Amino acid sequence: MTDVVMPQMGESIVEGTLTKWLKKPGEHVERDEPLFEISTDKVDTEIPAPASGVLQEVLVEEGKTVAISTVVGRINEAGGNGASAPAAAKLAPAPAPQPQAPPPQPSAPPPPPRVAQPQAPPPPPVRAPEPQPVVYAEVESSNGPLSPLVRKMAREYGIDLRQVKGTGMGGRITKQDLESYMSAQGARTMAQVTAPIAPVQPAAVQAAPPPAPAPPPSQAVTPIYTSQQAAPAMPRAESPRARVEPMSTMRSKIAEHMILSKRVSAHVTTVHKVDMTKVAKMRARYKDEFNSRYGFSLTYLPFVIAATIEGIHQFPIVNASIEGNNILYHNDINIGIAVALENGLIVPVIRQADEKNIVGLQRAIVDLSTRARSRQLKPDEVQGGTFSITNFGSFGSVFATPIINQPQVAILGVGTVEKVPVVVDDAIAIRSVAYLALTFDHRLIDGALADQFTGKVKSVLENWSQEVL
Amino acid sequence: MIRTGQLQDLGRIGYAEAFSLQKDLADQRKRGLIPDQLLIVEHPHVITLGRNGHMENLLASEEVLRRAGIEFHATNRGGDITYHGPGQVVGYPIFDLREWKRDVVDYVRTLEQVILDSLGEFGIEGGRVPGCTGVWVSGKKVAAIGVHISRWVTSHGFALNHTTDLSYFQYIVPCGITKPVTSMRELGANPSRDQVVGALVRNFSKQFGLDFIRQDQPVEALTETF
Repeated sequence: MTDVVMPQMGESIVEGTLTKWLKKPGEHVERDEPLFEISTDKVDTEIPAPASGVLQEVLVEEGKTVAISTVVGRINEAGGNGASAPAAAKLAPAPAPQPQAPPPQPSAPPPPPRVAQPQAPPPPPVRAPEPQPVVYAEVESSNGPLSPLVRKMAREYGIDLRQVKGTGMGGRITKQDLESYMSAQGARTMAQVTAPIAPVQPAAVQAAPPPAPAPPPSQAVTPIYTSQQAAPAMPRAESPRARVEPMSTMRSKIAEHMILSKRVSAHVTTVHKVDMTKVAKMRARYKDEFNSRYGFSLTYLPFVIAATIEGIHQFPIVNASIEGNNILYHNDINIGIAVALENGLIVPVIRQADEKNIVGLQRAIVDLSTRARSRQLKPDEVQGGTFSITNFGSFGSVFATPIINQPQVAILGVGTVEKVPVVVDDAIAIRSVAYLALTFDHRLIDGALADQFTGKVKSVLENWSQEVL
Repeated sequence: MIRTGQLQDLGRIGYAEAFSLQKDLADQRKRGLIPDQLLIVEHPHVITLGRNGHMENLLASEEVLRRAGIEFHATNRGGDITYHGPGQVVGYPIFDLREWKRDVVDYVRTLEQVILDSLGEFGIEGGRVPGCTGVWVSGKKVAAIGVHISRWVTSHGFALNHTTDLSYFQYIVPCGITKPVTSMRELGANPSRDQVVGALVRNFSKQFGLDFIRQDQPVEALTETF
């Protein structure tokens, strides 16, 4: 016999109202099948059965409010002797684990395109510059009480509220009023710099944020205004020297992420020169066979990933992230690989990359990058990366200083592999050389460790002897 | 670590259609197939009755409703009776509270906070009324809340009166409480719907530690670009 109790649905909750029994006494119930419903403060909750069996008795009627942990009913697990019930239960087995067709994407109806249109307020008139009074941040407006938000904004931007016309209830100053005032001020400031400028629209920028904004810093407004106002006045709009084009969503996401990352992490880049000759030879040896066997070519990248994984095994902090004052060491090694798209880039993730060999890694690279370019990646294929690799060498770059892919703490950039003359044992030799650039978050990773890690990656690559096939 | 959620702004969608989408998503969420979801919708005129609702709070006969072009649905959410219609921003968070806090009351208080903070962005100071879940401004209700939870996965949510034609509330006693309703427009704030949705999403992100990805955008716009 298992007691069914009123569960605790939250810390402050001491009682609950049993609103509905979903089973009758004598009926069979499967463990985890909804058994009754309770109600607390506009929340209705279905409570699953704690065990499978027959609902033997109901001790609390519908509509009664009882303290948490009160026994509300009893389930008899021996269930079989529950008279009529078992038969019915057999006929309609409760939510037995049905073979669930793999439910693909959330089946949303095709949503209407709903791109936030920047709705610019009518551009404020650009007036001749006039001397502005010094700001009085704390001055009350004559138009009644101010909301804390308005007060805060006025203080932050140093706005004399007496200059602002209120359009809210009873002439009250609203946030919009402040924004249009500031945008007018912005236009005015700009007008002082260069005369004929199209009206700026900081308010519009602020008012229609990009869709799906990342959790903004507490004062999301600030940087936008400052950057707008501080930026040198560039020719815009009517000027024939520039073409105006709104950013794509992807572009604004990239922009947001880059700045976020630069702000969050203390970026440092260290560069090691790596002799890739052994890898190059290995690759040359298996190139044709690889291609004919698998239908795609063997590149340097899987070798770099494999070497990186060895480095991570030795220095797991490179595969960590920071959460508050804690360091999260990820057990999985999920390697993101940057893929350039026509107008942007994306970083699909090879999950548990440490469980793959060179063939498996190369296959994952080809699969993910192909689908990235045809825009067929699934959301979870671009999430959960723990370390990233960017292969700028494929575009001819010798080395670069990549930006960390948050919330990761390091990213490895691979430069182009070139044959160069190098000195080996006091003789000049031709070697395939590449630069590996590791950008790391100096908050968490010290320079010495970063170099030990990169050194490990380098040494694995330089001493590569494992056969590919 | 910031968790990722998906956001869908479906615009105008029938109540029944949105309800079945919610059920579908909640089911997938329970099985861990998808991350937390936030649906934003607007319904055509509809009156819905919560599980603990009292039909006597429906002041018009179904015949009157039909003639006024208002649908009627009984639902499994908490709360009593309410009206949805054009000009209302309705949000359905399908969240697994086990990944946040196993606390249904805290969840409802946090929904209120999201709406309060969003209203604040438009200069409206709202508040709570003890015992009357929802968001209130000077004794009038501007947003209603009703939630259903199954295995810690939430459905239903809130309805914020943005530019709602408040006369439609005459057919009901909202949530069984005889107190007046109001809207953002009536309170003197006139942001666009997109601005209101933007503020809500931002505050959802903040309160629930979620980074929302818009589902109605191509996947390459998703995340982790650098």
